[in-house]
Amino acid sequence: MSAGTNKIVVTVTDIVEINKLVKRFKFERADRGQLPVFSGGAHTVVEMLDRGVTRLNPYSLMSDPMNQDAYTISVRRDDEGRGGSLFMHQQVKVGDELTISYPVNLFALDLRAKKHLMIAGGIGITPFLAQIKQLSALQGHFELHYSVRNKTVGSYVDELTEIYPRNTHIYYSDHGQLIKLVQLLDGQPLGTHLYICGPKSMIAWVRETAASIGWPREAIHYEEFLAPQSGKPFEVELKQSNKTICVGEHQSLLEAMEAADVDAPYLCRGGACGQCETNVISFDGNFFHRDHWLDDSQKASGKKIMPCVSRFEGKSLVLDR
Amino acid sequence: MSIQFKKETFRNDYTFRNSQWAIDRFPFPFHEDSYMYSVNMEQHQGGPKGSVFEKRFDVDEHYLSEMEDRAIVLAEDPLRCQSLPHMTLAGWDLLELIMVSKSEDYPDLFELHREGNNWRWVNKPMNIDDQFVFMDETTLPYGPMEYITRQTQGDFAVLDQRDDNLWMDAGMVTTQADWSLDFDIGMNFFEWHAPVPKAHEMGIFVRALKFLLNIQQGSPARRLNWTMTVNPLLDTSPENYHKWGVEKSTLAKENVGEKQHLRVELQTFFRLPRSNALVFPIRCYLIKLEELVTVPKWGRRFHRVIRDLPEELATYKGFINNRPMIVEYLSAFDDGQPTSDGIWPD
Repeated sequence: MSAGTNKIVVTVTDIVEINKLVKRFKFERADRGQLPVFSGGAHTVVEMLDRGVTRLNPYSLMSDPMNQDAYTISVRRDDEGRGGSLFMHQQVKVGDELTISYPVNLFALDLRAKKHLMIAGGIGITPFLAQIKQLSALQGHFELHYSVRNKTVGSYVDELTEIYPRNTHIYYSDHGQLIKLVQLLDGQPLGTHLYICGPKSMIAWVRETAASIGWPREAIHYEEFLAPQSGKPFEVELKQSNKTICVGEHQSLLEAMEAADVDAPYLCRGGACGQCETNVISFDGNFFHRDHWLDDSQKASGKKIMPCVSRFEGKSLVLDR
Repeated sequence: MSIQFKKETFRNDYTFRNSQWAIDRFPFPFHEDSYMYSVNMEQHQGGPKGSVFEKRFDVDEHYLSEMEDRAIVLAEDPLRCQSLPHMTLAGWDLLELIMVSKSEDYPDLFELHREGNNWRWVNKPMNIDDQFVFMDETTLPYGPMEYITRQTQGDFAVLDQRDDNLWMDAGMVTTQADWSLDFDIGMNFFEWHAPVPKAHEMGIFVRALKFLLNIQQGSPARRLNWTMTVNPLLDTSPENYHKWGVEKSTLAKENVGEKQHLRVELQTFFRLPRSNALVFPIRCYLIKLEELVTVPKWGRRFHRVIRDLPEELATYKGFINNRPMIVEYLSAFDDGQPTSDGIWPD
């Protein structure tokens, strides 16, 4: 099976600055046809041709999943990152054509839930925006607890509090407002499912707290896409392809494979889905595992690597790809 | 060509036959002279013109008779169609998928007219012309999954995806190879496959599940599976084993070519967009041995496959007792000549 999913060519038809950090992009099909419907929580992978380097970054779809006229995503500018968000913020203009993937959902609602309890931090609000629209159409019950730094960078706070005043709870961390998590989780009716999207520390905090007061693992859902991080360049031998490639400082191992025309599987490109898992044949050096997929013993074994986010430093690395 | 729908039965007098057209396009499942399990998946994006792989949901000459047989099964046993409450959205997804596919693939037989959520569905072979409101169950005579699968050949398992597993939470199952939706409902992928011999040890199910969990919107997949059935019975269910099981003992030297059928399942897998569920249509094709051996390559190869099949598999597929008789019949069509690669006739 070849890498990724089916692709759609879209035109950027609107760009809105939500605040000083976040811009919203609207995509319509370049052939003016209808976009596929999707399920709340799905993301799309946007292809960017950035000064000769192809980047493929996943972004949660935030528009109404039933709306086939347009998709919208929100991109938070990351000045420290490798440039994907800067490309979206600085290079992409209304009228540009982009290639995006079909929707893929790795953060789906559990439709058995009697109630959906959502905990969002910062830009982690985006998948919930689509899920909330889906649940509203299906008369589902939800309650959103959304933590942002302050009012000026609180994306979609006004919209949410206006449309869903009784379901939405906003916390400004600059003002010391914290989600009273134990109290919140303790008071939920049976059949409630918990969803978390936000910074790594928030996901860990909520998962650990929920587990410690006895929430079943199956009722806890979370999504955190990692952006690949820069690091020292390294060389990799790809046994099946009979190629030796060099992974650049601002390139991921997966991107380096793709640049060498190696058909490597992927879905999320953020260390979450497991699709790009690759066997290590031999190595002499250290791995920098950054994914959520491999467990600690797999990471310690030196037998697997997730090339979308993880790196290597050392003398030699041979992969079964 | 326009399809000539046949009037025939899959019970009592068993008038089911394949026309020459249906024999020529039969999905013979063996690409070599032996058989072992594999995760033999490929993309379901069309296939050779006229083959059963060409359309998303194949319609053939047995359509109307198969739908009549399904209605009989459901009248006797309504539990063959079940949908847990959280699967209604997946039912609408499936209804849309089938209506859009059939109206695009067979415009002379099916029409779908949509204005917003006001839909009109025309099924000419079955004389159906219904108007309803999409996503409003009260406007259809059945739930969305039952409504559309009463009009579509093949069984349907609708699988919820959660906790990195698939769950049999809805389905329409009336043409099954000896498994029961009522028994399996609510089970996960490993639970409902527990009875299959050998495959667990081979790691087949772990790999298959990983593949299925990653099937994405717009990229359906397919595979073939097979078993053996005495008499052209669509409903070989555990619920009715007391009726059809005994028929296996009616097989005799004189009637084996007429009574013994190869039963092939074209299994397809589609991601459903709104619900993120996976639908697993299982389409059953039957062929009598005497029809099958009219293709010389298939006669030679089928003899070798059945003769050499491991005992556990012949037992699991339910024909271990009749195997000597079947092999003897088929041996007359195997002249020992080599066979070409692939499933297609020479």
